[in-house]
Amino acid sequence: MSDTTAAAAPSGSRVSKIQESVIRIAGNSQDGIQAIGGFLARLAGRSEQEVMTFMTIPSTISGGASIFQVRIGSGEVLSAGDEADVLLAFYDHSYANHISSLKRGGIVLYDSDHVKPNEELLGSYRHVGVAISSLTVEAIGGTGRDKGKNIYALGLLARMFDLNVPKLTKLLEERFGGKDPSVVQNALACFNGGYGHQIQGLVESFHFEHPDKSGTQQVVMSGNEALAYGIIAAGVRFGAGYPITPWSEVMELLRRELPKYGGTFMQTEDEIAAVSMAIGASYGGRVAVTGSSGPGISLKTEAIGWAVMAEMPLVIIDVQRGGPSTGMPTNQEQSDLNIAVFGGHGDSPRVVLAPASVEDCFYTAIEAVNIARKFSTPVFILSDQAIATRIEAFAMPDLQKICQDISPDFTPVADHKPYDLSAPDGITRHVAPGTRIASGKYPVATGLEHDELGHPTGSGKLHTQMNAKRRNKLRKLASEIPVPKIYGASEGHVLLVGWGSSKGPIEEAVKLGRSQGEAVSGLHIKYINPLPNDLEKLFSGFTHVVVCEINDEGLYGHGQLASILRARYCDPRIKSVTKTDGLPWKVKEILTRALTLTK
Amino acid sequence: MSTIAISNESLPRTGVAGSLPAPAPLADADRKPLTKKETAADHPTWCPGCGDFSVLALYYKLIEKRKMLHENICTVAGIGCSSRFPYFVQAHGAHFIHGRALAFASGVSLSRPDLHVFVFGGDGDAFSIGGNHFTHTARKNIKLTYVVMDNFVYGLTKKQTSPTSPIGFKSKTDAGGSTDRPVNPMKQAISAGATFVGRSTATNVNHLLKLMEAAMDHDGFSFIEVLSECVEFFPGAFDAAIPRKGGTFPEIPADHDVADEYAAYKLCDAPWPGMFGTFFKVNRPTKNANEAKLITDARAKLTGVPDWQILQRNFDRMK
Repeated sequence: MSDTTAAAAPSGSRVSKIQESVIRIAGNSQDGIQAIGGFLARLAGRSEQEVMTFMTIPSTISGGASIFQVRIGSGEVLSAGDEADVLLAFYDHSYANHISSLKRGGIVLYDSDHVKPNEELLGSYRHVGVAISSLTVEAIGGTGRDKGKNIYALGLLARMFDLNVPKLTKLLEERFGGKDPSVVQNALACFNGGYGHQIQGLVESFHFEHPDKSGTQQVVMSGNEALAYGIIAAGVRFGAGYPITPWSEVMELLRRELPKYGGTFMQTEDEIAAVSMAIGASYGGRVAVTGSSGPGISLKTEAIGWAVMAEMPLVIIDVQRGGPSTGMPTNQEQSDLNIAVFGGHGDSPRVVLAPASVEDCFYTAIEAVNIARKFSTPVFILSDQAIATRIEAFAMPDLQKICQDISPDFTPVADHKPYDLSAPDGITRHVAPGTRIASGKYPVATGLEHDELGHPTGSGKLHTQMNAKRRNKLRKLASEIPVPKIYGASEGHVLLVGWGSSKGPIEEAVKLGRSQGEAVSGLHIKYINPLPNDLEKLFSGFTHVVVCEINDEGLYGHGQLASILRARYCDPRIKSVTKTDGLPWKVKEILTRALTLTK
Repeated sequence: MSTIAISNESLPRTGVAGSLPAPAPLADADRKPLTKKETAADHPTWCPGCGDFSVLALYYKLIEKRKMLHENICTVAGIGCSSRFPYFVQAHGAHFIHGRALAFASGVSLSRPDLHVFVFGGDGDAFSIGGNHFTHTARKNIKLTYVVMDNFVYGLTKKQTSPTSPIGFKSKTDAGGSTDRPVNPMKQAISAGATFVGRSTATNVNHLLKLMEAAMDHDGFSFIEVLSECVEFFPGAFDAAIPRKGGTFPEIPADHDVADEYAAYKLCDAPWPGMFGTFFKVNRPTKNANEAKLITDARAKLTGVPDWQILQRNFDRMK
């Protein structure tokens, strides 16, 4: 908690005004700890605050230890926070495993029915014990079950942080209403029980300062939700997929929502069928979507190569997890960059974008569709486990303005060369079946190397020309995408370069570094392939360019993006900081490692 | 705040060459049936004598007879000799990857119910590399017609054992003769849930044309196995089914109940060369119809609501 100023509260306990707070909730996933975090995040969104969450999910079939961390701030929130201000621990293992994530002097609020505090730590952290389990049972009339203790604990936090009770009550009613009325009654009983409980040993409560950006209406969702809604807003009306963690949520949402828009999402027999069906629908005239996580992307690569060759628009979402093979399905990693950029046999250039935040997931999905259409090409969206599951609040998009119509155009044409070599910048567009062609010459979309009409050829000259065509249109795209802006000063000692979900922690590392007098700046690369032009000009202001990625340094000592940047710019100043511990970057971790590397 | 650098523009058609006028605005009813001259494209690359020629000729005939319009025909194939089919047909078509033609064609069929979707391929495409898609396209009853030109051998890669090669067939991968039990395509299709299952030969053109017509008219997944000889790598494979070569062409008896799955299954075990005709035909809701119903139900309360407002309702719930 930063900027605390103590003031006397009428009740005798102190009220501290705070800018932000990091709350870590540790328990078992079946206890609904995600729900507590979700309510806090949603409340922050409705209170015009910024919020970011982080969760771990056990990869067990059911249950298992899990955490949910929420960082709420009245100012800018860039990451889920390195250390917690408050730890809510439900079990001994929650206490033991997460107490070290608490700031020294932070508050550990524990369920005294299950947790026995470590005597040696009593001096380092403020210990507050509440018999959460038994008090929950009491609050809901003593049924002997402690289901609802998450909501009881939410009540305790609401008291501790002086949260807006009417807003929280409304959220609870929205979440639990509509079912059996006893469900919402129980939830409210739990909440009020927790809120009304006089916490022994807690001498102060906290109050968030009024946020900077009052007046903005916010929407709160996860990265997976933002991607799926972005796809809908973009005008996509067909998709196909196969279940795999952490992508499944995107397909579940699209399957549920698309029919409302006259669209269809197919759950297919396998990953290959999913990509093939989506390509078939794209061929039908309207860009379609498929997606997966690492293992599924591997299976889709042949078909994606076809889409490159046939120049068929397609959007592929890859919600990355830890790999290779089945790897670490519920952990974060940024190790699918290579397969997205290079995955496939032969020369098969394609577009790769990586959203930086939950909000960016929404807009990137739309942009991916637009690029796929405009350049008749497959486009990858590289999300990851952390961004997929984390919740953020962002400004309500102007949906009336943003929602797109991408209905196919079946206007008859005089003649059509699907792979016209004289087309400006090599950009030709698919003319979908249903389109009458007056010349009577109809195109075949093909994966064989072909002439301008799509007929197979073994001509080396044509293969060379067509390779150039497929490559040149992406060079044209490179000239159209914006050059990223440096975060911080445009000259200095170290430029921290990141991609995808590490944007927030890197920018926070820049802030932290500069506050300590280090000449550190940051650069976020969203357009991975093609890279924007002129990056070398941005690099030129720095002694070191340190690329921070959550993947392995590989045989030659550089992470996946760093390797591409080094190949592209032949610049020995480009260095690499990587890790594969399955967790998002910590701010201090980035800064310390980058500074050590460039000392 | 995120932005969208590449916006949704109205995209000009590129790759449109020549100075031909736009097509005359003829009413579809006034358009003449397409002749073979108008539907034939590249000259087939098949070996002289290949059975696939007659399937292609019958496809031209079907297009003409049923007065299909150029732009509404969609011919899809995977990889293999027979899968070169789309290049030889003057209509919209796609030559997709090995084994996945059905999945691709499903995407076309589900998103474009206005098209006639035909998939052509061989035994390797259908029952080996694409086996999973065969099962599930049949099960889901996706509306399209699938013609498998079964030659019992891999021809494009020059004589390896195929999933339908008979036991004892000598190939480059089974020099001593194949030992694997071959797939019975009829059984496979019936048990997978295909709603139209027929069998014919490339040599009995009248029989095959009738079957193709019936398949096309079927509302659902229609599948035809056509015995189509590979004169290069398995010559004489189907002589037993060709009367002029001393064989017989045993047709399914007229009293066979095509809706009787058990009766159909029994027919599949007839001794070589097996039976010909429609083994099985039932009407079951297509995936296309089921998805259309989902849409109708979902939109029942949304008539006239623009898409952005539907999305806005969701976003308002996430405030």
